[in-house]
Amino acid sequence: MLRYLLTRLLSLALTLLAASLVIFVVLEIVPGDVASVMLGMNATEEALAALREQLGLNDPLVLRYFTWITGFFTGDLGMSYTYRVPISQLIGQRLVVSLPLALLALALSTLIAIPVGLIAATRAGKAADTSIMGATQLGIAVPNFWFAMFLVLIFAINLRWFPSGGFAGWDNGLFAGLKSLTLPAIALAVQQASIMARVTRSATLETLHQDYIRTARAKGLTKRQTVLRHALRNAMIPVLTILGLQFSFLLAGAIIIENVFFLPGLGRLIFQAITQNDLIVVKSVVMLLVFAIVLVNFLVDLAYAAIDPRLRLRT
Amino acid sequence: MFQRSKITVAVLALCASPAFAQQTDITLGMQLEPPNLDPTGGAAAAIDEVVYANIFEGLTRFGPDGSVNPALAESWTISDDGTVYTFTLQDGVTFHDGSSMDAEDVKFSLDRARAEDSTNAQKALFAGITDVSVIDPLTVAITLDGPNGLFLSNMAWGDAVIVAPESIETAATNPIGTGPFKFANWVQGDRVEMVAYPDYWGTAPALTAATFKFISDPTAAFAAMMAGDIDAFPNFPAPETLAQFDADPRFTVVVGSTEGETILSTNNKSVTDVRVREAIAHAINRQDIIDGAMFGYGTPIGTHFAPHNPDYIDLTGNSAYDPELAKSLLNEAGVSDLTLRLALPPPSYARRGGEIIAAQLRAVGIETEISNLEWAGWLETVFRGKDFDLTIVSHSEPMDIGIYARPEYYFQYDNAEFQDLNATLAVTADPAMRTELLTKMQTMISEDYVNGYLFQLAKTGVANANIEGLWENAPTQANDLTGVSWTQ
Repeated sequence: MLRYLLTRLLSLALTLLAASLVIFVVLEIVPGDVASVMLGMNATEEALAALREQLGLNDPLVLRYFTWITGFFTGDLGMSYTYRVPISQLIGQRLVVSLPLALLALALSTLIAIPVGLIAATRAGKAADTSIMGATQLGIAVPNFWFAMFLVLIFAINLRWFPSGGFAGWDNGLFAGLKSLTLPAIALAVQQASIMARVTRSATLETLHQDYIRTARAKGLTKRQTVLRHALRNAMIPVLTILGLQFSFLLAGAIIIENVFFLPGLGRLIFQAITQNDLIVVKSVVMLLVFAIVLVNFLVDLAYAAIDPRLRLRT
Repeated sequence: MFQRSKITVAVLALCASPAFAQQTDITLGMQLEPPNLDPTGGAAAAIDEVVYANIFEGLTRFGPDGSVNPALAESWTISDDGTVYTFTLQDGVTFHDGSSMDAEDVKFSLDRARAEDSTNAQKALFAGITDVSVIDPLTVAITLDGPNGLFLSNMAWGDAVIVAPESIETAATNPIGTGPFKFANWVQGDRVEMVAYPDYWGTAPALTAATFKFISDPTAAFAAMMAGDIDAFPNFPAPETLAQFDADPRFTVVVGSTEGETILSTNNKSVTDVRVREAIAHAINRQDIIDGAMFGYGTPIGTHFAPHNPDYIDLTGNSAYDPELAKSLLNEAGVSDLTLRLALPPPSYARRGGEIIAAQLRAVGIETEISNLEWAGWLETVFRGKDFDLTIVSHSEPMDIGIYARPEYYFQYDNAEFQDLNATLAVTADPAMRTELLTKMQTMISEDYVNGYLFQLAKTGVANANIEGLWENAPTQANDLTGVSWTQ
């Protein structure tokens, strides 16, 4: 078990190192001068030079790489060129939107997907299964931004139950915050739930044909007990893999939904930073996302080990 | 039963409407979020759209019609030779942190803007200033190196607002000015909030609070207006939906003009033959571009000047749509197989307009190679690198015909006669003389076909029908809330 953990940790560290180098080098090569973007078309040459000096753009490359990397350990990632606030503060503000949104969407999709997937699997070929398969097909096919606009039309413009977008802020109370995240979370969850329900169904179906299921049934367990105790647990590995992938996607890939609901999340921060050539922000946020994804994969690996004893015993 | 419930609803509605107190707060939508809130340290128009006239004020200010009015300077005198401006400041002005605003702050602000290490985006506004001296706490004298007809207008720009030495360093995130609204909160990526400043020196605004909300997606902007989450969207990003708002009694659609001359900018160093430039001008059908790229909003222009300016003259006839004339001009110039590079920045006037222009040019035998650029790339290759043949861009600075007197400016028009006119204009204060000079300048660049003159960018806004006092036109990029109120 310890060896398993150590190899996973080592691969995590190496991935992060490689990613940091790639991100840094790629963003160094990208053309465009942040000073001229900031000062616009009428800027004088001396004003541009003064700004570049102020932003530290004239420091040597290696120095800037190390300042940046050590920043991750001290929490000082430097200042955003355009916003002129510390990047860690900027990321913090966005995380309080993106993280709850991703978790909410994930919780919602898991709560829908697993029961639905199990029902479909146990009633394979029957009417319930066919309609679930049809509905999930639709859920995957419908683009989430379209579904989001549909939700806005009904629940914000016509019924006025929810705001059409924006984030009220947690300091206005938990309820106001959740209210602004409800529609976006639903819009994100539907597609994820559809995918996960189908994976749950096929994984469960596969285990239902195994010998140990027949044995369990033979020793007198009800169908329900068999599914919950034996089939589901064995079907969890592919479901967990999907779950890990989905979390990473939800954290960074919610950008389109963030745009539809004008939520100040991480995705929009990157987008905005790219259009304004605020590459110092892009660099740190992308690195943070890589870290989050690698970490989630690591946790999924640990969860595999928890579910599957064979992984724990393997040296 | 049905009847009764209907009556109940009617009675409730009657009771409810007068019971509402008059609304005194407003939520405005903007498509772009300002990168920071310091108007003296960045070019982004979104900065002024939030802070101009609301949080920060200058010695003078622009009115809704583009006129230059007194602001922090109550009055001024100009020396006979036109080089010394003596400003008398308003008495009793305080910054939002409670400190008082006096001549020292004016001196500090102007000296800071023109200093060597200044990062002011419009440093040229201050170029002629040779000295700023404090005469007494409420009097300041500014000496120029020569007369400058535009000086009072220069001082009205957002880049020339008066700031305090104690607070300017943090103005990017905590702007402290002298205006009627005090900065309250900025949730980056979402909104900026401000509240009325109780100790404001001038007439107190009708509004007590204002929120600027940033919605970049046009569909989301539409939904937010429809749902009532936004009270007004002064530069509405979804022009295709304006007809729908216009038909809805809950909203008013405000169509005005901006200072944005949208032009097919031409590199005069690569397209050197004036006949070729003239051919391009006649190949373009402006109305097709306005209809196809701007949903019909925009005023055709024939020179680099805003049509709402009294000194504007209509020169669209010089470049009337005439593809046959364009072809014969190209023949005359001996040009065939001409391929020009057309660089397009992100706004839809450029991207959509560019494809229409490419098709129109092809019709007269000019091929184009389109490249789509982000702003950073556009500034780098086109604006600074001058590595382009054609590009489409809206020049949004007010009264910027002077850029044609700068031979190093990216379209590289070098005409000594025009430069002389511009130099004379700079030292002319007499309105009649200025009109004459401006007429000559407009005509000259139109007849030299320096650039393809397309249209003046419209300002299309949507607002709740009960709001009045929002600016119809945009003589400068601002959302001045001082005169805005709810009628019910």
